[in-house]
Amino acid sequence: MDSKSNAAIRTAEPPANATDIAETDEQTAKGSALLTPKTGSSTEAPSRLSGTWLKTMGPRYLVRITALIVAVILWELASQNGFNVYINFDNIPAPSIVGAALVTELTGSEFYLHILHSLERVAIAYVIAVVLGVLLGVAMGRSRWAEDIIMPYIELLRPIPAVAWIPLAILMLPTEQSSIIFITFLGALFPVILNTVHGVEQTSDVLVRAARSLGASRAAILWHVVLPGAMPSIVAGLAIGMGVAWFSLLAGEIISGQYGIGYYTWNSYTLIQYPQIIIGMLTIGGLGTLCTLLVRKGCNPLLKWQAKGGHS
Amino acid sequence: MNDALATDNRLAVLDHSRLQAKSGKPGAERGRVSVRDVDIVFETATGSHVAVQNASLTVRPGEFICLLGPSGCGKSTLMNTIAGFVKPSQGEVKVDGKAVTEPGPDRGMVFQQHSLFPWKTVKENVAFGPLMSGVGSQEANSVARTFLSLVGLAAFENAYPNTLSGGMQQRVGIARALANYPSVLLMDEPFGALDAQTRIMMQENLLDIWREFRNTVVFVTHDIDEAVFLSDRIVVMSASPGQIIADIDVNLPRPREQSLLTSPEFMALKRQCLDLIRQETLNAFKQQNKTG
Repeated sequence: MDSKSNAAIRTAEPPANATDIAETDEQTAKGSALLTPKTGSSTEAPSRLSGTWLKTMGPRYLVRITALIVAVILWELASQNGFNVYINFDNIPAPSIVGAALVTELTGSEFYLHILHSLERVAIAYVIAVVLGVLLGVAMGRSRWAEDIIMPYIELLRPIPAVAWIPLAILMLPTEQSSIIFITFLGALFPVILNTVHGVEQTSDVLVRAARSLGASRAAILWHVVLPGAMPSIVAGLAIGMGVAWFSLLAGEIISGQYGIGYYTWNSYTLIQYPQIIIGMLTIGGLGTLCTLLVRKGCNPLLKWQAKGGHS
Repeated sequence: MNDALATDNRLAVLDHSRLQAKSGKPGAERGRVSVRDVDIVFETATGSHVAVQNASLTVRPGEFICLLGPSGCGKSTLMNTIAGFVKPSQGEVKVDGKAVTEPGPDRGMVFQQHSLFPWKTVKENVAFGPLMSGVGSQEANSVARTFLSLVGLAAFENAYPNTLSGGMQQRVGIARALANYPSVLLMDEPFGALDAQTRIMMQENLLDIWREFRNTVVFVTHDIDEAVFLSDRIVVMSASPGQIIADIDVNLPRPREQSLLTSPEFMALKRQCLDLIRQETLNAFKQQNKTG
């Protein structure tokens, strides 16, 4: 009753206060926003309440693992029996054959070189994308000028798939390595920028006013209010960016004549080494997932305030 | 909810020397607010909207006044000009002789809700003002602890705001605003979102703190009981355009307690305000019907 009548006051009042209500709505909306990561309850819980976690999440993980195992069994059966109803499993190696090939790869050193080269490229591309993306995103979120100047480029370039950049990347950049890194970088850049802009633009007006009335300078407001407020969205962008970096990498590594897990996959196709294709694909999937997980875990300390209040 | 407090014991922790040093020698004027012929006009899509018209008001140092009025009468807007968030279209606002041009730590703000930094612990929130004023983090933390004790939340210094109840959050908000030793405390319906029981407790708590602090308080509310219970003076505003229509002295003895709420003197003042507000609300309704 009371909060309602207060809300009424605020709506009736002119612009200065109108944002207050919007802010409240935003905070509730934030939790369910498309790009916002889930609250820490699921990520923080294991270390704190492992007993409870095991009870609630244990059965769910059992289901997840079982689902994967069932798929592998079906695949094995389909391959061994030459399943061919519209989808053809004739030429697809069975998991047992892929597994054997993987063991061979793991005992050699070549496979690790592919992985190392890819990791290096992703690391370089990602770091540049994060630094540049967050800087541009903050600038765009804070300044209408910056947004108006940069946004058209983003709108235009973002839908272009990584593969389409290959010719230009080769023409414009000095080395193969730099072309691949550039393509990977582009993939990671856009989600980081857009999520940062989104987070910065959601800055609560009341909090900015509170900070100003406490004597905070513009720089202090940016550091103490805008950035931490945007952090959930930025972290979501970092995680998405990492995923996109991995799948852009594959496109980039088509260029490479030597190493890289994308090159490995592509080359196996050329050489008709079917088990290796699948090993390459799953390695990219696995590494991408692992890196995304690391980004999320690494960013957790920045969001611990959210985790604690997750239930209130 | 544990909002009951024995504030008196905790007041001992307040840094009296600092309070004295800031306020100068006894009798020194600090916290005089003067609003002269202020108009506030907002340009909206549908034309200009006069939020406040011809408002003049003087608040004496150490006075506790309430701006009381119906929804949308511009009382928050008027206070926001004292805070420095809204520039008057006409007229001028001065605090201690200095024209207000922007927000500043000499005017502490307490907002209705959701104004604590959710990513800072309770202690970091309160320490923010002192930190911004340039003191070291140790000093800022010790000031923060002092003020958290003052509002009875010392035990929660490491909690994050969204683990606290609404009443506790507002107490942190008050501690944070006071930690800069402001000469004026501006409160924008600070208890409006709290339940009735908590609100009364918070009001008593606020008066206890203010008795010690003795700074000027401008308190915006639409709750008549709250205005009469808290203030030395009630400034009643009318709606669209927001104008000051009455200035009522509240000569009830202090310290005030909940029992005051049923005394005849309290009732008489309440009746007076009620009549004014009722008339204004009716006028506002009439106008809305005409335009709508």
